[in-house]
Amino acid sequence: MFDTLTDRFDGIFGRIRGKGKLSPADVDETLREIRLALLEADVNFEVVKGLVARIRDRAVGDELSKALNPSQQIVKIVLEELTESLGGEAMSVTFAPKPPTIVLMAGLQGSGKTTNSAKLANLFKSQGRNPLLVGADLQRPAAVEQLRTLGAQLDVPVFSEPSDPVSVARAALDEAKRLGRDVIICDTAGRLAIDEALMEEVRQISEVLDPHYTFLVVDAMTGQDAVTVAENFHNTLALDGVILTKLDGDARGGAALSVKEVVGRPIAFASTGEKIDEFEVFYPDRLASRILGMGDIETLIEKAEAAYEEEEAEEAAQKLLEGTFTLDDFLQQMQQLKKMGPIGNLLGMMPGIPKEVRDVEIEDKQINRLEAIIRSMTIEERANPDMIDKSRRLRIANGSGMQPQDVSALVSQFKEMKKMMKQFGMAPKKPKRKGGKGKGGKRGRRGGRTTAKGPAKMANPTAVMNEGMESLQGLRLPGLPED
Amino acid sequence: MDPVLLVVIIVAVLLVGGVGAFFLRSGRDHVPTIDPASTDAADRAIDSADPTSDVDVAQVDDEMAVDPEPETEPEPEPEPEPEPEPEPATFRSRLGKARSAMSGYLSSVVGRGDANAETWDELEEALVRADVGVAASMEILDAVRTRAEAEKVTDGSAIIDLVKGEMKTRLGGQDLSLAEGGDPSVWLFVGVNGVGKTTTIGKIATREVAEGRNIVLAAGDTFRAAAAEQLTMWADRSGAAIIRGGEGADPSSVIFDAVEHAAANGADVVLADTAGRLHTKTNLMNELAKVRRVAEKGAGTVTETLLVIDATTGQNGLIQAREFTQAADLTGVVLTKLDGSAKGGIVVAVQNELGIPVKLVGLGEGAHDLIPFDANEFVDALFE
Repeated sequence: MFDTLTDRFDGIFGRIRGKGKLSPADVDETLREIRLALLEADVNFEVVKGLVARIRDRAVGDELSKALNPSQQIVKIVLEELTESLGGEAMSVTFAPKPPTIVLMAGLQGSGKTTNSAKLANLFKSQGRNPLLVGADLQRPAAVEQLRTLGAQLDVPVFSEPSDPVSVARAALDEAKRLGRDVIICDTAGRLAIDEALMEEVRQISEVLDPHYTFLVVDAMTGQDAVTVAENFHNTLALDGVILTKLDGDARGGAALSVKEVVGRPIAFASTGEKIDEFEVFYPDRLASRILGMGDIETLIEKAEAAYEEEEAEEAAQKLLEGTFTLDDFLQQMQQLKKMGPIGNLLGMMPGIPKEVRDVEIEDKQINRLEAIIRSMTIEERANPDMIDKSRRLRIANGSGMQPQDVSALVSQFKEMKKMMKQFGMAPKKPKRKGGKGKGGKRGRRGGRTTAKGPAKMANPTAVMNEGMESLQGLRLPGLPED
Repeated sequence: MDPVLLVVIIVAVLLVGGVGAFFLRSGRDHVPTIDPASTDAADRAIDSADPTSDVDVAQVDDEMAVDPEPETEPEPEPEPEPEPEPEPATFRSRLGKARSAMSGYLSSVVGRGDANAETWDELEEALVRADVGVAASMEILDAVRTRAEAEKVTDGSAIIDLVKGEMKTRLGGQDLSLAEGGDPSVWLFVGVNGVGKTTTIGKIATREVAEGRNIVLAAGDTFRAAAAEQLTMWADRSGAAIIRGGEGADPSSVIFDAVEHAAANGADVVLADTAGRLHTKTNLMNELAKVRRVAEKGAGTVTETLLVIDATTGQNGLIQAREFTQAADLTGVVLTKLDGSAKGGIVVAVQNELGIPVKLVGLGEGAHDLIPFDANEFVDALFE
């Protein structure tokens, strides 16, 4: 539903192009759009004010008016400001020299404390630690049951007793000693930040445990109130960090920015799915892009690096651009892609993907069906799909359990796209982009052919990716609804 | 590094363009025909499969058999909801302590005799801070502004009254009763994770049972660990019957069974819990659509599909409402956790854009802390 910020700016700057310089009114309009985008992402009102003021200072300076491509330039300024506000480095948890390391989880009801206690335990376990989960949520019916079930799945012991939360916490310390566990993760009941009695209770738990880390669990969908909540919890518990949950939805997560600005504590972890291992260290710059609706390229690259062999990839890219890409290569690439996680998630990380494309949710099951069709072809057919006639088509359809028209659709679309990619590979460099990007842009377009292998990380993958997507969007994708 | 990037982009675009379009198209092709190889048919087969397989009756309400309600006289018209008992929770008493935040922003508006641009900015700020959202706020304020200009209203506090009036009109005048008319009626509770679906069902069950009605709970959240246990505890507390399946059981079959059980025992309403799901997960949203279809396969009729929204939810709530109503045809919203410092303004945007009314409001963890929505008090509280 939201246009990306880049789209909006392009609209504004499109109108004023040719004027040479930005007037104060133009800057105002741009800042209004920035403000709107941030508010729609649930960044707190006060925080937005501060941010917009800082962006204005930089934008009205020479920085913007001299830029060859003001809309790119201003997006860059906004991203830099956001990233800075979200905090520089990812937070790392260090274990106490004298175990156990104690972690206390707190937050509102339904933010995901219990699930994320288990996820944290899983993370520590994978780092060779021996966590103990403590169920101090005696309020919500069956909360301890939930923790026990999760603990059993992870093979992590769970301690709780039907007394009161403070006593549970106290007894847990002894229990950890008795079992020789070196990390304690204490789940607590959800509580409203304005509930004085319950806030006093969690303060007492904290006093008993004297935790090394106190994490506030915050739902990525939280609105303007995130600030009040974080302030209150911080005043009571002295937070060390934030765990941002439900980031696998389409919430922009502006609340995280607000929390960081207000309590000055970093976001330590992000929960990105319902499965127990969908939990990762948080990277501020990635959320900055997300808040602006610009995708999350860093994560995508990281996943790609884990899944792909560089040489293979280079070879495939070359084939694709030269037009010698076969269905067999396509099959291989699909399998690589599957290793990178659910396709839908990958798409979400890509910047500049048009909304209608992002809405086409591709499930891995559907990819399996495509695979089945290709696997039912002979080697010759995969290399040369033109030879597929009526009877071959029927055979392939029967072999894969699909319909003959499915086979034709796949083949014709594959061919069409191959043609496009070939054109794309031969396309001359568009003069328009001479200024903005320099080397990054060039590489993005030429891809496999010109790359030097040495410096693995390029200066600004965002720019490259944006440019790549921009070029790709220029191509007409067959079968997509006409706008 | 570089080629990796390119291949990822390209293969993904290939996949999107190719696979996406391919399946969109083939999906469309298959829908009208019954094609044994198509996924639709497979789905249908699952639908019609015997749903009783992995379900057991965990607890049957003892009073069910001696229910005096004669089954031979089914009420043809939806019975109006009986007036709720005077509840201990009221908007005012619960909201008061958390609601000083906004008055600060509006005091300058109130004090200003002559409305100017700043007045409107401040009003917008007040609404945005309450999570009403920029678009809905602007729409409301534009309407008020037109009216204020026409009626030559310039006094700050008079304008605030106009804004309140406008919002009350937009939010109010809705039928807030929970509809009945099935035999039994099914009330389905849906929403993203952690908004309070199970707790809301527990509270409604308590209220309805206290009014002498025969209620069956369906533990349709078969995904989250111990969700069924949580609902069972509510069943024990309230005295409602509960039907549950094993962990990982098909939620449709659990709810179907609860409906059958309710029909056989002459129960009035089935309160069906579902697993929390993010609206972006297509397969889970499809599952929800199926749950709704299957709930009506037997004797039951789904008369309410209620989206549970947490008052702390920001602008994502609007997207949630849109997606959930597409999958399951929402009839109303339950706004929970309004006793915190969050104002729940997102429901204004939901009502404004989608016309889905708020029916119930959760103001605490107690069984009696769920009360009918009151547009007047809600709006007044926004501006307090």
